[in-house]
Amino acid sequence: MANGRAMAIDIDVAKRLGDRTIAAQFTAGPGLTALFGPSGVGKTSILNMVAGLLRPDRGHIRIGAQTLFGDGVDLPPEARRIGYVFQDGRLFPHRRVRANLLYGHGLADPAARWMSLDEAVDFLGIGGLLGRWPHSLSGGEAQRVAIGRALLRGPDCLLLDEPLSSLDAARRGDIMAVIERIRDELKLPILYVSHDRAEVERLATSVVEIGE
Amino acid sequence: MLSAEEWEIVALSLKVGGAAVLITLPIAFALAWLLARHRFPGRIVVDALVHLPLVLPPVVTGWLLLIAFGPFGPVGRWLESWFGVSLMFRWTGAALAAAIMALPLMVRAMRLSIEGIDRRLEGAARTLGASPWYSFWTISLPLALPGVLAALVLGFARSIGEFGATITFVSNIPGETRTLPLAIYSALQVPGGEAMVTRLALLSVALSLGALILSEWLVRRTHGERARHGD
Repeated sequence: MANGRAMAIDIDVAKRLGDRTIAAQFTAGPGLTALFGPSGVGKTSILNMVAGLLRPDRGHIRIGAQTLFGDGVDLPPEARRIGYVFQDGRLFPHRRVRANLLYGHGLADPAARWMSLDEAVDFLGIGGLLGRWPHSLSGGEAQRVAIGRALLRGPDCLLLDEPLSSLDAARRGDIMAVIERIRDELKLPILYVSHDRAEVERLATSVVEIGE
Repeated sequence: MLSAEEWEIVALSLKVGGAAVLITLPIAFALAWLLARHRFPGRIVVDALVHLPLVLPPVVTGWLLLIAFGPFGPVGRWLESWFGVSLMFRWTGAALAAAIMALPLMVRAMRLSIEGIDRRLEGAARTLGASPWYSFWTISLPLALPGVLAALVLGFARSIGEFGATITFVSNIPGETRTLPLAIYSALQVPGGEAMVTRLALLSVALSLGALILSEWLVRRTHGERARHGD
């Protein structure tokens, strides 16, 4: 499994979006680092910059010894080995659950994969969903599949963008347990965006306050 | 029901329409993608040029084709000297005229379906290791496909109905350029041609109606898919 990598994520970025500036500077160690702050301060934009979907105006992003951005480097998203679980899941609507799960797995360098489809299915308890279409999944099911898809990509770290926001209270507990197991059993570094203090208190190893 | 001559007309129309949409398909898709996804100087001009055949009198389109592809036209002379090919008075010329008349409709339909793609899905594909090109083939194109098929059907229907540009460019030659509408026009000129006119006209209505229903169904299917997905 996630060969217990304890690499630090070193982030110092700034980006002007419209009339506001999003800036963040922090180092995230092992475990779950929560980016905590009110809605609309650009927490998701920070994740997008780490994933390579949004280009910072300046600064750097490093994971372990590898520079993803800065010093003249700007790796495209596909070269970054980052698992991203979006707030809305973003499963591919024209592919069944199995094909969604395997999308990034098939593209990953075999040496970089550290989880098989069977392991991911067991870990997340989604064995019964493999033949289903995304539109037929409940919110909790879709979020599990989205997490599985990101893990199967063989990432060095995981980005979670308010993964509980669209779920009811019972499902929240389920998914929180899954996230804790990713943190503790898979030992995958996680950047976790939330505006909910209770969530952050339960899950976070360390907290980075993002604000104006 | 139909005479041998009428079957020949139908077969020719289908051949011309099929060739026309196959020529137009890649060009229309590239133009639709360009207009849907890119902001560049002169975009309005490209957009207007694409739509020109829709508003220009078809006879003018035919005349412009005649000038360009005629034996002394710039393109015609080039085709003739390099490939020994002439489109004049040939079914291939009819297909070209139909292709140009179908272009705006096809670009419009494809552009709508491209604009309807949730681009965040492409971003998700990239974070999963997909190159832009791989993401295009596995995400964008399949999601746009119903719109592309709808455009194909619509363009085909438009092509087999083309009259003005065709008769101006390649004339009205039985077995070569006399497609359904041209045959109806010719039959109207002949005493006693009413029965043939009726049969061919009914056939035209059936083909056009069938195409419209099919393309509408394809478009609805895409939108239904998206609605169920909860976008």
